[in-house]
Amino acid sequence: MIASGAMSPWRTILRREFRSYFATPLAAVFLVVFLFSSGIFAFSLGGLYERGQADLRSFFQFVPWLYLFLAPAISMRLWAEERRLGTIEILTTLPVPIWHAVVGKFLAAWLFSILALALTAPLWITVSWLGDPDQGAIIAGYIAAALVAGIFLAIGGFVSAITKNQVIAFIVAIVACFLVLLSGFPLVLNFFRGWMGSGAIDAIASVSVLTHFNSLMRGVIELRDLVYFASGIVGALVATALVVDWRKSA
Amino acid sequence: MGELISASNLQKSFGSLRAVHGVNLRVNAGEVVGFLGPNGAGKTTTMRILTGFLDPNDGVVLLNGISIAEDPIGARRTFGYLPEGAPAYPDMTVREYLHFIARARGMPRRDIATAVEGVATRVHLRGVLDQVIETLSKGFKRRVGIAQAIIHDPPILIMDEPTDGLDPNQKHEVRELIRTMGSTKAIVLSTHILEEVEAVCTRAIVIANGRVVFDGTPSEFEAKAPSSVTRNRMDHVFRVMTGSGVEAST
Ligand SMILES: Nc1ncnc2c1ncn2[C@@H]1O[C@H](COP(=O)(O)OP(=O)(O)OP(=O)(O)O)[C@@H](O)[C@H]1O
Ligand SMILES: [Mg+2]
Repeated sequence: MIASGAMSPWRTILRREFRSYFATPLAAVFLVVFLFSSGIFAFSLGGLYERGQADLRSFFQFVPWLYLFLAPAISMRLWAEERRLGTIEILTTLPVPIWHAVVGKFLAAWLFSILALALTAPLWITVSWLGDPDQGAIIAGYIAAALVAGIFLAIGGFVSAITKNQVIAFIVAIVACFLVLLSGFPLVLNFFRGWMGSGAIDAIASVSVLTHFNSLMRGVIELRDLVYFASGIVGALVATALVVDWRKSA
Repeated sequence: MGELISASNLQKSFGSLRAVHGVNLRVNAGEVVGFLGPNGAGKTTTMRILTGFLDPNDGVVLLNGISIAEDPIGARRTFGYLPEGAPAYPDMTVREYLHFIARARGMPRRDIATAVEGVATRVHLRGVLDQVIETLSKGFKRRVGIAQAIIHDPPILIMDEPTDGLDPNQKHEVRELIRTMGSTKAIVLSTHILEEVEAVCTRAIVIANGRVVFDGTPSEFEAKAPSSVTRNRMDHVFRVMTGSGVEAST
């Protein structure tokens, strides 16, 4: 129950978190790295010119790999920083349910990475001006990219809740996201095929971010893929809330 | 009536270390209780159990009749808390931070600016309201911690070493503040300054090795010293009660 005229707590926490990104050079560094590398990949490595075809396919193919490193860089501080500063003792003794803090922090991180994505709009404008790309595919690509960022941040936030060491939070999050990303790859699946049934193999393949990302990238927004990302994010957030609550003072 | 804090048989172990061992505590409105005890006695641990930051292995905490274990959010509404070391978000200005705390506590938006000004006046923070917390001196950081604990005028106040790091003028001011608030609230504070207990507390509780070894008025405490002791009488009693600085085995 909130007194009238009050902001609900998750929004208060979201606001504080989102602003904190801009209190340090971290935000600027992140945005520059993101834009710079996405530009490089879209134009040179992806052969935006050479293929003689104006679209953003090469850029989007590269986005999951970019987020693989940049999402953990954002998420590593979410909870580890609270523990290091001791502010977790303030946060968890405020009359705010823990899920408000978990959701607020997650949404702030997600909004920030979506902001980075939005700043690539000049690419979109450029290809639209150069040619006649499939706008539906581009929109689907942006949605898919945002969802990948979301699931990586949720996983990274969970990892950050386990430790007070940000470097460990960063590295473990990369490894965890990498596994989730790669679990659809034949190489990985063959590794499991030796000692698992085909049902289990399909299950592993279906938890791969890449499988669902590529499926969305085909330009068809399928419910199955949305459910995948939504349940992945919600699952990681629930796990985060449980860990924060259990290990508040650890 | 008037019993705001009631804690029964609190137990807390860290591994094989019994940090809190059968602590009982009842505090009424109008009482200021001073926790005394050597380093590592269990003062902070006890206060963390009272605020729900730590879950006890055994025991019950009721704040204004509300169980911290069963209705944590309801119980958290009843108090303000200054954790050990006065943690705060370093990248925020004092004003932003106090606004954040007030909002997170569900204060109606129109009341917040007034509440921030009011509390800043009371703990002498007006001059630094727009300074980033990171750049404040230790004493000012402590005052920010006190400010966030009292901004919502809670019936219960729990403060871990509120005057640590304050200059003599500020110590005096903060003691006056606590004494004033103590006439209507239930206040628990910890301190290493014995005179402070005499100056502001209606009751002194001495904790050693996780157990309450004294519970009474400051004058009863002082009266425990033999009449042959004429100077630093409280120090004398403290040393005798808590093992004269010899490391007691756990
Ligand atoms: N999270 C923890 N893990 C393990 N041991 C802990 C933990 N927190 C406290 N302790 C131990 O519990 C005991 C009580 O610590 P506590 O912080 O409550 O003491 P204190 O009375 O506040 O001391 P001080 O006056 O130094 O602040 C100490 O021996 C401490 O080392
Ligand atoms: Mg302490």
